[in-house]
Parts: sequence; structure tokens; C-alpha cells
Amino acid sequence: MRDVAIIGIGATKFGELWNKSFRSLGIEAGMKAIEDANLSGDEIDGLFIGNMSAGRFINQQHVDALIADYSGMVTNHIPATRVEAGGASGGVAFREAVMAVASGIHNTVMVGGAEKMTDLDDASINSVMDATADAEWEAGMGITLASNYAMIARRMIHDHIATREEIAAVSVNSHFHGALNPGAQFRKAVPIETVLKSGAVATPLGMFDCAPISDGAAAVILCPLEEAKKHTDSYVKVSAVAQASDTLALFQRDCITEFKATQVAAARAYEMAGITARDINVAEIHDDYTVAGIMAMQDLGIYKTGEAGKAFLNEETHFDAGNVAVNTSGGLKARGYPIGAAGLAQIVELTEQLRNSAEARQVKDAKYGLAQSAGGNGSAVTVSILEAI
Amino acid sequence: MASVAKEWREIPGRYNLQGTKCENCGKIYFPSRSFCPKCRRDSIGKMTPVKLDRKGFVYTFSVVHEAPDCNNRQKPYAVVMVKTSDDILLSGQLVDVEPENIEIGMPVRAVLRKLDADGPAGIIHYGFKFVPDY
Repeated sequence: MRDVAIIGIGATKFGELWNKSFRSLGIEAGMKAIEDANLSGDEIDGLFIGNMSAGRFINQQHVDALIADYSGMVTNHIPATRVEAGGASGGVAFREAVMAVASGIHNTVMVGGAEKMTDLDDASINSVMDATADAEWEAGMGITLASNYAMIARRMIHDHIATREEIAAVSVNSHFHGALNPGAQFRKAVPIETVLKSGAVATPLGMFDCAPISDGAAAVILCPLEEAKKHTDSYVKVSAVAQASDTLALFQRDCITEFKATQVAAARAYEMAGITARDINVAEIHDDYTVAGIMAMQDLGIYKTGEAGKAFLNEETHFDAGNVAVNTSGGLKARGYPIGAAGLAQIVELTEQLRNSAEARQVKDAKYGLAQSAGGNGSAVTVSILEAI
Repeated sequence: MASVAKEWREIPGRYNLQGTKCENCGKIYFPSRSFCPKCRRDSIGKMTPVKLDRKGFVYTFSVVHEAPDCNNRQKPYAVVMVKTSDDILLSGQLVDVEPENIEIGMPVRAVLRKLDADGPAGIIHYGFKFVPDY
């Protein structure tokens, strides 16, 4: 296996982008990444697309072929592969692409993530989201994805792992950073009262505990580390890509206040990168629901159980706090959550941080960045580690 | 619209809380599994149907205010994870109680109720819901 580098990144703005179609979003992100990597596009010999549900959102299957076609790459007939893993679609697509280059089967690869959600009505979108849990034994019984996270939150509060305020502070942290990111869907900091008083979605969680419905795309270009210099001076090393699974239904677990898949993927990732949780400077975590942010920071081993919530509440997670900066992009909550794009948007943000181009939200002297991408109720989790060169 | 077969093949689990027990290690699974993930090969041919105890207590809960239209329930409605007397966790709705009276630890039991319907002319789905067991 050979080391892999990220030589180009690109992303669209995330949000309710009425004038942009799925294909135009995907192409915009891809074109930016190719331009950033100083490529013509002809060098790319493989394409991976993270996408959760174009089939239900825009009634289009086979989006791998669609993107290969409209990106012009079909003229070289390169292989294009669509990857789906619920909310972790982008994270898993990234890992597949890295492995493809590391193995030597591919040399220069584009991996993108895209989702066009707002062409569908809100109620139908919820139904698609709920289908990432167990459709027969959860969604079919009236359990929504939000209510599963809400039941985790309720139990977490009961077991004194986090308070309601600490859980809400995850959203406050994401909005604080979203205000500093020109690409974010929500560019407004919010006080904790806004989160606590937001309309109930599934008690105890409210609207401001939940990531929004978004359109958007993000893409990165990979090549072997030893070839990266040929293309650009601003590249980063991919030090680890790890992935783990867990039961599809949340109720089948022994413990619901932690995600074993995050713990296992994190342990593998730290081993691959030859580092520990203490070495991480900046982390992008999957805060599709606030409570998931608390779990992520604990399951990644960055905070002990019962301590992550305090860190968010005390603003230790801010980009300039001198600790592990969390969700400097604004996270899924404020950067936006076009599902298949989320995992790639994390990689884009970490690359910005590690090449010192994150401007108003730049973390000082960031060496290691970690991305955690999760699908359903932690049924699929990827943990990737990037390293500044 | 879903087929009728999709409905009736799940009747043992949905109506009767029938799961499977691994006769090799004794662990009970719900919904049914064709082999035991822990014993694997040793459990083949040794998974027997077992009806769960319908009684248990609320392990955690939520009151759902936002749900898809196809999830044709009266909002807001309560959902729970229940730990049965067999020490199995189950998810479902909790009915016949005001949301403000629900608390972790309260005793409940599973009853057969209408879950949902595929529109006015579609299949009516039945299955278990929980009610307070005072």
C-alpha cells in the first residue's frame, strides 16, 4: 500500500439552492476541485460518488453514470462508482477512493458527495431519513430517526452523561463556526436559549438540535503522496481511513449512549496514523443531531464519558480555544447537511485547516485533523485522519 | 403501495412478539434471526421460536412532533424503548397515557393495536404498541 495525498478540494455553498440541480451541484464542486489541484481532468482515472438517496429525492438512480457524463469524464470511459451508507455515504466514498489509490489500482481519483434534497417536500424528506434506521422494526413502528436520537438524549440525561444544556451547546458551537464560514447554510451565531426554546421535533430535542435539509456537493482529488508535489504545493496526507459497522436498529444494542462503531473505527484510525486522540487538533464530527456530537467526542476518545458536554458548554471547542477545535466548518448543523456531501465537506474543511487557508476560523498550527461520518444511528461510521505536510 | 405479503410474513413478530432463542447460548433475539451472531455455526439448526414476555418497563422515551405524512399517526405521539422482563430492548409507540405522565422506569405491557394504514383504501398495518401496566 502507498501513501495517499489530497491535492484538490471544492465545494458548493450548502443550503436551499432552488436554481441548482443535482447534476449542476456535483459538477460545480468537481470543477472547483480539479482547478484547485491544477489538473486538466484527463489525469483522473477513477470517480467515486457518495450519495444517499437521489432515487427518492429526485427520482434518479445511477448517479455515478450521471456525474461521469456531465463532468466530461465519460469521454475517457473511466469507472464511476456510487456509494451509499446512509449519512455516512460521503465518508465511505472517501475511504473507498483512498483505498483505490493506496492499492495502486487507481492513480488519480476524484471523490465527490452530493445530495439534492429540497426538490421534495419536508414530510417526504423525513421519510427518506427515517429509512436509514430499520424500516421494518423502527420506522414501521412509528420511530423516526430524530426520535431515536431523542431517546438517546433522554437516557443520556437520565444517566448523568450530559445535561440538556450541554447537549444544546453542540448546536451553539456549530452555529458559532458557521457564522465564520462563507460556504455555510446558516451564518448566524445563536444563544443557547434559541436551541432550548426551539419547537419540539422529538422531545427533548427541538428544531435547533437537528441538522437542516440542504442541497450541496463537495469533492476532493486524490493521488499518491509521492506524486502530489508534481501538481501542487498545498496538499495534505491521508494518514488513516477506518470504518466500522453496528446493528441497523438502535434497540438491538447493549448500550445506546455510545456508538461502538465510532469507537472501533477511531481505534483503527489512530493505529493506522500512528497517533492517539491527544494528537488531534481539529475534528469534524457528524452532528446531525446535537446529542450525536456529544457521543462522537466521547467515542473518539477525545473526551471522557460525561466530559464532552462540559467542553461544548464552556466553549473549549471553539477554533481559537487552544484545545481540539470542533466543527470549524459549522458542522452538519450550520454548514448544512446535504447528506451524501457531508462526509466530503468534512474532508474539505480539514484540508483547508491543515493547509492554513481557513481564514477567519483558522485553527493555529493544526497538524492532525479527524473526520467522523456516521450513518443512521451509528450503524456505519468512518473515521479519517489527515495530516499537514 | 406495499404488497399484502410484506404484511403477513411479519405477523408472528408484529402480533405475537415472536423472536428466536439460540439454544446454544440461550440468548433471545427480536426480531427473529436465522442464526446467532455470537455462536454463528454452532447455532445453525438450534434457533427456536420464542414469544417474548409482553411486560417490561420504559428504558427511554420521546414525544414525536415531526413525522412523515406516510407515518399516519396522531401527532404528537409517544415512542419508547422498553426493556422486557426477558431483558430484551424493544422499540414502539406508547399509548393510553398523557405524554407528561411518561417517565423512565414506568411499567408497561405490549398490546395489539392498529399501527398505520397505507392511505384510505390501502392495507391496515397491525402490531404491538405499549400501554401503561399499573
